[in-house]
Amino acid sequence: MWKRDDAVKPAVPAAPGAAPAQPAVHSPVAEAAATRPTAGNAQQGLEKNAVNIGKSVVIKGELNGSEDLTIEGQVEGKIELRQNVLTIGPNGRIKAQVFAKAVIILGEVVGNVTATEKVDIRDNGSVDGDIAAPRVAIAEGAHFRGAIDMQRAGGKPGDKPDAKADGKAGSGAPAPASATVPQPAGATTTGAR
Amino acid sequence: MFSDLLRWGGKRNPEPGRPADAPASPERGSDPVIASKAFPKFLSALSHQTGPTNVIDFGPVIGGNVAYLGERLGCKLFIEDLVAEMDRHRKADTMTALAGAIEARLRQEEGSVDGVLCWDFFDFLDKPTAQSLARHLARKIKPGGAIMGFFCTSPVERAGFTKYEIVDDQSLRHRNHPGTAGPKHALLNRDIIKMFDGLIVSDSFLLKSNTREILLRKR
Repeated sequence: MWKRDDAVKPAVPAAPGAAPAQPAVHSPVAEAAATRPTAGNAQQGLEKNAVNIGKSVVIKGELNGSEDLTIEGQVEGKIELRQNVLTIGPNGRIKAQVFAKAVIILGEVVGNVTATEKVDIRDNGSVDGDIAAPRVAIAEGAHFRGAIDMQRAGGKPGDKPDAKADGKAGSGAPAPASATVPQPAGATTTGAR
Repeated sequence: MFSDLLRWGGKRNPEPGRPADAPASPERGSDPVIASKAFPKFLSALSHQTGPTNVIDFGPVIGGNVAYLGERLGCKLFIEDLVAEMDRHRKADTMTALAGAIEARLRQEEGSVDGVLCWDFFDFLDKPTAQSLARHLARKIKPGGAIMGFFCTSPVERAGFTKYEIVDDQSLRHRNHPGTAGPKHALLNRDIIKMFDGLIVSDSFLLKSNTREILLRKR
């Protein structure tokens, strides 16, 4: 009973000289064989699935596509990637209406952004325009000016805040671990009416 | 056995090496989380609104608030960073033009807005500007809509901006926000009622911090 700690101890590496239970292969040839093709495949995959518009490229007009796209240059007009992810890189400058499955913004966008899945404005990203997407994430340090439409086709979320309003239920969103709520301010109703 | 008891029976420490009641992360730890009485009422009021919900937020954009309100209300949120607007006007010494600039900025149609999160913005306005903005907001609000504002009870000579980050339905994290805020003006209850002509004070709470949390509704 008192030796439970020994029982739960994680498997200790075997003493030097003892044979490991599962021999690990560390030969340089084997390692190379294990990593190189994978990295190569990933690289190939990226090259296949993501297109990059470089810093020096300026596009004026309509941009359509059916593959993921990263823009580091300038685009003015309209961008449509309805089934794919659009990434506006840190150097990207967009003056356009944007339609995509998901939009990740690290650069500047002036214009309305519509996404069927998510819009993510990262740190130092900037949007001047309206966003319509079911999910929107805005990082600390990002700039945003406009309206955010997160209305769902099915109507309002189905939770009932009434009970929560009376302080009977938990929060609707997960509270951070630091949510140590000091005593409620001893709320008293003033006769303001 | 004792170790089992200690593990399951005692108060568990969120992170080893840190007191259980200490804030979880040091950078957030200095910002107080204060319970709000008006905010749950505000959410409740908005959840009863029919049709698409439009909410205006006067504070600077906070990603967590956007996600929270979107998730909770599925609303259209207008981020009108009036704090930044005021900061610009104060730095340029054009505070007299602030009221006009705010009205030009709030371009929503009359009777189209369900909720306005004013936070403590009215405290930083002089009385004529506050009255003008209040009248403007009263026109924008839909019947059944709500305006939530925090009002100080005594003037403060020099105050900083605060941004209010929603922690959950009942509490807000008060975080300092950079900017030239200037003095805080204390409005009397009757002044608040008068300036929001056409709205009623549905709930009012005096906090220990001497802040009044007031919820105004349009019938």
